[in-house]
This record gives sequence, structure tokens and C-alpha cells, in this order.
Amino acid sequence: MSVLENVRTTMRRDQTWSIVTPKQKLELNVTTGPILYLEDVNVSFDGFKAINNLNLAIDAGELRCIIGPNGAGKTTMMDIITGKTQPDSGRAYFGSDIDLLRLSEPEIATAGIGRKFQKPTVFETHTVAENLELAMHGNKQVWYSLTAKLSGEQQDLIDETLHTIGLVEHYGKTSGALSHGQKQWLEIGMLLVQKPHLLLVDEPVAGMTHQEMDRTAELLTSLAGKHSVVVVEHDMDFVRSIARRVTVLHQGSVLAEGSMDDVQNNPKVVEVYLGE
Amino acid sequence: MTIADILKGDRGGKTMLLVLLIVTIAVPVLNQTLPAGHPWHIPTYMVTLLGKYLTYALLAVAVDLVWGYLGILSLGHGAFFALGGYAMGMYLMRQIGDRGVYGNAELPDFMVFLNWTELPWFWYGFDMFWFAMLMVMLVPGLLAFIFGWLAFRSRVTGVYLSIMTQALTYALLLAFFRNEMGFGGNNGLTDFKDILGFSLQADATRIGLFVASAVALAAGYIACRYIVNSKLGRITVAIRDAESRTRFVGYRVEHYKVWIFTFSAVLAGIAGALYVPQVGIINPGEFSPINSIELVIWVAIGGRATLYGAILGAILVNYGKTVFTGLMPDSWLFMLGALFVLVTLYLPQGIAGLFRHFKRKQPTDPADGNPAPVTEGGAA
Ligand SMILES: Nc1ncnc2c1ncn2[C@@H]1O[C@H](COP(=O)(O)OP(=O)(O)OP(=O)(O)O)[C@@H](O)[C@H]1O
Ligand SMILES: [Mg+2]
Repeated sequence: MSVLENVRTTMRRDQTWSIVTPKQKLELNVTTGPILYLEDVNVSFDGFKAINNLNLAIDAGELRCIIGPNGAGKTTMMDIITGKTQPDSGRAYFGSDIDLLRLSEPEIATAGIGRKFQKPTVFETHTVAENLELAMHGNKQVWYSLTAKLSGEQQDLIDETLHTIGLVEHYGKTSGALSHGQKQWLEIGMLLVQKPHLLLVDEPVAGMTHQEMDRTAELLTSLAGKHSVVVVEHDMDFVRSIARRVTVLHQGSVLAEGSMDDVQNNPKVVEVYLGE
Repeated sequence: MTIADILKGDRGGKTMLLVLLIVTIAVPVLNQTLPAGHPWHIPTYMVTLLGKYLTYALLAVAVDLVWGYLGILSLGHGAFFALGGYAMGMYLMRQIGDRGVYGNAELPDFMVFLNWTELPWFWYGFDMFWFAMLMVMLVPGLLAFIFGWLAFRSRVTGVYLSIMTQALTYALLLAFFRNEMGFGGNNGLTDFKDILGFSLQADATRIGLFVASAVALAAGYIACRYIVNSKLGRITVAIRDAESRTRFVGYRVEHYKVWIFTFSAVLAGIAGALYVPQVGIINPGEFSPINSIELVIWVAIGGRATLYGAILGAILVNYGKTVFTGLMPDSWLFMLGALFVLVTLYLPQGIAGLFRHFKRKQPTDPADGNPAPVTEGGAA
């Protein structure tokens, strides 16, 4: 039965096969609109609607904070943007030309979307420097990497990034041996060397000290402008210190959007947060 | 890039290759120069036995590359080994010419026996050595490529993938058992006479095959070490440890998997091709699923993700097998199972891990670029 179904889906007359449709060009175009655009996106897990008619637009160069109670769908939203989760319906565009829903995770990464995960995930058996080498932007093909050597320029970028993330002394250390906060930093560093146009940063300051938080805030604000940055964070002090525009997610859709003050005085937001 | 560069920091590998070099020189010398009664004399059957171990060692290296470094627990590498072996066997069959029982120069004996009148098309070309050698690499490589492409693109991983590799080798076992397949059915291919015109019974030929096995093992080891040391190798390990994270930094994981898997299958095919002329037979039994499981055990015992550990494991276990099947023929599989359990429990990084444990007691050398492998969970 399932074979027959497979054949039917493959042979549907109202669509062309993915192999004959031309490959999308992965060139970012933001001249006419936002860098990231989500429209009426829906995702459900076993009947539970994690994302519910979500609409979101991020402008080029913007620093956007996204807040919302646990389970609001913040991480799921990032999963959709980066190709990890396929939505049931809706549209997701990167710039005006790149249809994210038709691309795989590596294609999306190559197109210029970098992501830092909620639970810090680094390559644990590799050293700090090797983690940065692996994340480095550039040719990522199999045959190329067999003979790839770090260019002077790339080595400089690694050194510079090690400085930025404060792990210079630890460059040769196995990254599995780093503290939680250091792993957070390393992952931010991996994001930097990837040179993405859009950075999705999921809970960057969890497990960081106050000084580290301040440095993260400084780093993220300095990135905005040249890059677009989307930060998901629970720590309100941190959000206030960087936020220009804040979006509140609740039950998979946007509850409110505006400046931090607007949002905090919004009765619906107050209700959601106090109602917890 | 010289060999010394590739082996930099690889103490285990250097030691292993040095021992291999000494053995490769000493064994033929002791075989040829000393009289048969001399205590140091190595009889020719022993040379061939050692040669067989070396082909197993190359096979184990191939398995370690995909299992130890890429995290794919292939339980079907025996199939690639056997396919390489069959390709060589077909060449050796054609070398028999009209010296078979039926004296038919056109057809191998088993085809005459089956009343076939002409050579099947897939036997064409196997009278040429170069063509057969090409097939030794091409057939396992192509099968691995297609299998890997389908499996990895659909993101089959872990136990499911291991089961699929078992199914692959089992399917080939059943297919090669059939007479109609044209590979000699359950008798397989045997009664070989010559290779490249040299008699397989001659001491010199046997020594030649032994040396060829040693050279292939060394070359295979160095090639794998080169891959592992390259950025490709670091990406491979990254895939093993955090597959989905690797995707998010822009690597097409399935491409990496398919190429490493294919390369490994080619190595296994070469090992099989060197094995067959030394044991004198190839039959469908080589496809049996248990073979593929056994060779994973060699690697586990020797130590995963070290490459030299695989060589060590393959040689020690097979030596043990030779000794114990002589003493207690029925007990070997139980002993192997027990050994596997003991090693998994008490030496999770195998024998190579034991060496490293002692080495770590000394001041560590930061230039040694061999990170400790993650043995737990990487396969699943
Ligand atoms: N793969 C999945 N399968 C089933 N349910 C899922 C899956 N991923 C997420 N969910 C559910 O979807 C909802 C949204 O989860 P999500 O992780 O996006 O929330 P979040 O806003 O990131 O929360 P937090 O602040 O706790 O990180 C949750 O109820 C979660 O349990
Ligand atoms: Mg989350």
C-alpha cells in the first residue's frame, strides 16, 4: 500500500519533481524587503499546535529580541527557519528570493543563516580552535576538505575570534572540557567565523556570569547593523540591555511587538507572564 | 606531504608500521634461507597464514574508518571483502584456461558442469588482470556508493542502518548460493592454478602475495591516516559526535558519509582480492552475516578510532582463532563472544586504549593530535 502511495505522491500531476525544478540560487536579496519573512506558519506535533499562524518580519541589520514563556514555540520557530522542522503550512523567505522551506539545513547555513542552539552544542572531541576551523565560512565540499589548509586570513580570523570570545588560552583544549559558559562563548565564536547574514541566537546567556552577560550584550549589539540578529532570551535584564524591538510569542503566535516599554505595559503580555 | 608528515604524532601507527616492515623482510628471509628443520625456519604455509592475517587487518582498518571515525556501525563490510574476493577469483578462474577437469578453455568447470554453452557477459574481461583489479575496487565501491546514497540521504542511522547492512550481506549470500548467478553456486570459485602466470603453489608466489598484502596494509593505513588527519577527517569525527550540528554549519553530511563509506568499501575489496589467492577459494560463506559481525569485534577489541588498534585486534583475534579452533573447534564463537563482552566492560577503548592509558601517565605532548575517541554512544 505504502509503495503505491509513494508512487502517487511522486507522480502527482499538479507539481513538478524536485529533481527537474531548477536549483535555487542562494543569493540573498534584501533590496526590497525584510531579511527574514515568515507568513502564516503552522506546525503541529501529534496534534499539538506548537506554531500557530505565525507571522514575523525581521529587517536587514535589525537586532530583534524574542521573548515568551516556556513552550511558546521560540525554539521551534528557529527550527523552521534553519530547516530542521518542516512546517505544515506557511511560507518562510530569506530575503526576497530564497525560499527556506525548499532548502536543507546545510543549504540554509551556506545561504547565510547561522544558529546558536539553546543547549550549547559544540564538537566535544575537537579542540576549541578546531571547532572554529570547522565552522569557518568557505568551501564545504568533501573533496575540497581533504586537502584544505587554513589560509593566513582564516588563521587570523580564528585568532581574532578567540580574542573576542575570551578563549585564547584555551585554544588547544578539548571543547568537551570547557565550562557551560565557555561552551556558550565557543558556540557564539562558531557563529562569528561562519559569517552569516542572519544570526539566530537561542538563550545565549544561560549559565553566564554578570560580566559575561555584559560582554555578550556588547558583542550582539556591535554585530547588529552589519548583520541581522534574532535573540531569544528569558533573562529580562539582558533583554532590556540590548533590546530595540521585542516580539512576544505565546502559544505559537505573536502576542505583541514593539519597544521593551510598550511590550511590558501591554495588558495581554502582563496577563501571560503573571498568569504563569 | 611526505609519509613522515602524515604519521607525525601517530606513535602507535609508526610502531605498527615498523613492526610490519621488519616482519615483511624477516618472514621471506627466514622462509627462504633457513633449512626446513631449523628452529627459526618459517614454513611456507605459515607465510601464507600471516598473509591472510594481513588482509584481515586491512579489512579491519577499513571498518575502523567508518565505525571509529564516522560512527557508522557497518555490519556488512564482509560483503565488500567478498565482492573484491570474487572479482579476483574470477580472474584466477580464467587463468586456469584449459587445465580444468573438462579441459574447456572457454568456460570454467562449473559452467561446463551446468551445461552452459557460452560465457555470461559479466565474465567478459576477467581474463585481463588490470580489468579484474579495476573490478576489485569498482564493484564494492559502486555497491557501497549506491547503498550509502540511498541510506544516508534518507537519514537512516544507528541500529536501523546496521540492520540494513546485515540485510545487504545476507541478500548477497543468498544470491551467490544460486547456481544460476554464474559464480559457482555454493562451491564458489576454487582450484586456482596461476596468478599473472606464476604458480600459486610456488614459494615465490606465496611470498609475493604475502609482501603484496603487507604493502597494501601499509598503504591503506597511511591513506586512512591521511584522511583522518585532514580537515575531512575532523569533519568526519564531527559528524560522528554531533551529526545535526554539522549540518547547521553547512556540511552536507550525506555526501561525507557516502564518500568515506565508499572508500572504506574499496579498501575492503582490495583486502578480499589479496585474501582469495592465499586461501585458494572464495565461496558464498564469505558473505555470511556472522563474518561481518566478527570483524567489528576485532576492531572493538583492538580499539576503535585508532586505526592501528584495528590491525592489532584483527591479527590477535585471528591468531587466537587459529590456535583455539585447533584445540577446541566448537568453542571459538563462545570465546570470541566472551572476549567481546569482557573488552566492552573493562577495556572500552580496546587494547590500544590500554597503551594510551599508560602513555598518559607520562607528561603529555601537545603536538600529539590524537584526541581520545568517544566510545560510548557514537555508534547508535
Ligand atoms: N520534536 C517535537 N516533538 C513534539 N513536541 C515538540 C517538539 N519540539 C517542540 N515540541 C513542543 O512544542 C512546544 C514549543 O516548544 P519550543 O521548544 O519551541 O518552546 P520554547 O519557546 O523554545 O520554550 P523554552 O523557553 O522552554 O525553550 C513545546 O510544548 C514542546 O514540548
Ligand atoms: Mg527554547
